Amino acid sequence: MNIVKLIDYLRDRLKIIIRISYAVLAMLVLIDATCIDKSHAHTAIEHLPGFWSLFGFVACVVIIILSKWYGHQGIMTREDYYD
Amino acid sequence: MTDMWLHPSLILIAGCILLPFIKGPARKFFLMLVPVLTFLDVHNMVHGTFGVVQFMDWHLVFGRVDRLSQVFGYIMSLMCIIGTLYGLHVDEAGQHIAAWLYVAGSLGVIFCGDYLVLFLFWELMAFSSVFLVWFRRGPKSLATGYRYLLVHAFGGIVLLAGFVLRYQATGGDLSFVQLDVANPTLSTYLIAAGFILNAAVPPLHAWLPDAYGEATVTGAVFMCAFTTKTAIYTLIRACAGLHILVPLGVIMALYGVVYAVLENNHRRLLAYHIISQVGYMVAGTGIGTELAINGAVAHAFAHILYKGLLFMGCGSVLHMTGKNNFTELGGLYKKMPMTFVFTLIGGLSISAFPFFSGFVSKSMVIAAGFESHIYWAGFLLTLAAAGTFLHTGLKVPYFIWFGKNNCSEETWEKAADPPWNMQAAMAIASFLCIFIGSYTPYLYNMLPYPVEFNAYAPYHLMETMQILLFTALGFFLLLNKLTPEPTISIDLDWFYRMGGRGFYWLARKPIQAVDNAWSEAYRACGLVSLMTTARFWSWFDWHAIDGVVDGIARSVRGIGGTVRRAQSGRVQYNLYYAVSVVALVLIAYVLC
Repeated sequence: MNIVKLIDYLRDRLKIIIRISYAVLAMLVLIDATCIDKSHAHTAIEHLPGFWSLFGFVACVVIIILSKWYGHQGIMTREDYYD
Repeated sequence: MTDMWLHPSLILIAGCILLPFIKGPARKFFLMLVPVLTFLDVHNMVHGTFGVVQFMDWHLVFGRVDRLSQVFGYIMSLMCIIGTLYGLHVDEAGQHIAAWLYVAGSLGVIFCGDYLVLFLFWELMAFSSVFLVWFRRGPKSLATGYRYLLVHAFGGIVLLAGFVLRYQATGGDLSFVQLDVANPTLSTYLIAAGFILNAAVPPLHAWLPDAYGEATVTGAVFMCAFTTKTAIYTLIRACAGLHILVPLGVIMALYGVVYAVLENNHRRLLAYHIISQVGYMVAGTGIGTELAINGAVAHAFAHILYKGLLFMGCGSVLHMTGKNNFTELGGLYKKMPMTFVFTLIGGLSISAFPFFSGFVSKSMVIAAGFESHIYWAGFLLTLAAAGTFLHTGLKVPYFIWFGKNNCSEETWEKAADPPWNMQAAMAIASFLCIFIGSYTPYLYNMLPYPVEFNAYAPYHLMETMQILLFTALGFFLLLNKLTPEPTISIDLDWFYRMGGRGFYWLARKPIQAVDNAWSEAYRACGLVSLMTTARFWSWFDWHAIDGVVDGIARSVRGIGGTVRRAQSGRVQYNLYYAVSVVALVLIAYVLC
């Protein structure tokens, strides 16, 4: 079960993985701000450095919070509701 | 029928007829042979019109082969191979027959050239796929199946009404071609409504999570591929450029995402993400440019494979553990590592990660939105893409294979990677997901229009990576908010589920009460007066009318009374009277 071993190996080093992940995120924004040719962007707002990073993060937070809020307005109900 | 052209549905239907008679080891071979022959048949077709049949006044066209129908036929028959392999361990012939008839229906719709043939196969799809729900034989399967069937029967009638109106308006045109979407009439909207019900466009979508969450493990793999994508084919064929489809598609994409956040049942979560993904295809169809249509077709193609893969992965979890809910699973990577890897590949594909299939297809639709200057659609579809990764790429793998271990001891004991055939099917689908994403000409060369789109442009690559990885950041920061809750979510099926109950209640309580009261009132008042009236008329008939017509009734009664008295009940007397009468008749005959 090599896959299990690999996953366990990575889980044992979770802190390092998290640090590497943050570094990758920072790199992404940095590359976006400096190296990328934005002439193909469709709208002006996309020229902001790290625009899509912000978009991704805000999208995720908005989706989670709005959906959960909506769900708790009575949409989520007990499992035997229809029984 | 034209020579050299064999309808692929016929191969499947013939397979269905022969299957029950093939037993033993040959069964498995036969199960693989039929879908492979179907695939080869579709693969080797040349373009043209075949299978034209004269029926009454109509030319029925069973075989219209062009680039659009061929790419859809190709992926449907390919998925039939993968789905049948996944279900190879199932002994019950009925399950395979239902699945194959369902695929036959789908291929029939794809290759048909007129609405009559379309309707025939359209109904075949609904009436065969419902068995994939019923064969689950769970406590809810029967009711779910009937709901599924009723909704699709309704959709079929709307479609029928649409093309009958069109037939009337155009003076007998039944051909299934692009409608005049610039000047839509009632018939255009009815036809579109029939199609979008099968594409699960809100508010006509609730049948999908209802049925797919309740279908058999192998049945759901078929269902997730065929109904909605066949509907997309029909929409592209008839309604490309119908502008209302753009907002509807965007609403779908977001609607599915919202409900996926709330869902605790993993297969229902995937079902809501079908709605979300089909939203891209519907929006692409509505935009209607060459890039958008290519995007819709490409996304349907990629979607069939990765969604099939996801349903196979989650179906394996259900098959092995018997559990549907996140709140009863977790931490399974040690027990089901291969299933985890396959499901993750499906998750990365649907999330449009570079080098996975969704990346090269979804971006075409979004790019088409931006290029047609429908910016709000472009941004909202991108937002939905973030939501897709959030749920299918992160939530599903995390809460089944990692996260808190909610498994009972029994679940944990049962959990293991599924049988070889299920793993093989997942491996093939995984390979194709990566192959399509990494080698774009394979898919792009099959699309209806020439492709000038480069998914791997640095700007697009960078945009996607930022969106996805920052979505992942949001996911891990808000992980505790996403912990699944043991609930179900009320969707628009509430109206017909509770509406149905309302009807029952109405029938059982007020209508029954009125009926009882009416019977009682009738017995008390109506019956007495009726009997009195009847007695009067009886007396009148006896005394008045009979008196007028010479007392015939009285005489008959008198004779009858005498005869009755003469009948003493003893056989010898009866014989005596009978013989006497015969003797008298004989004497009279001789004498006269």
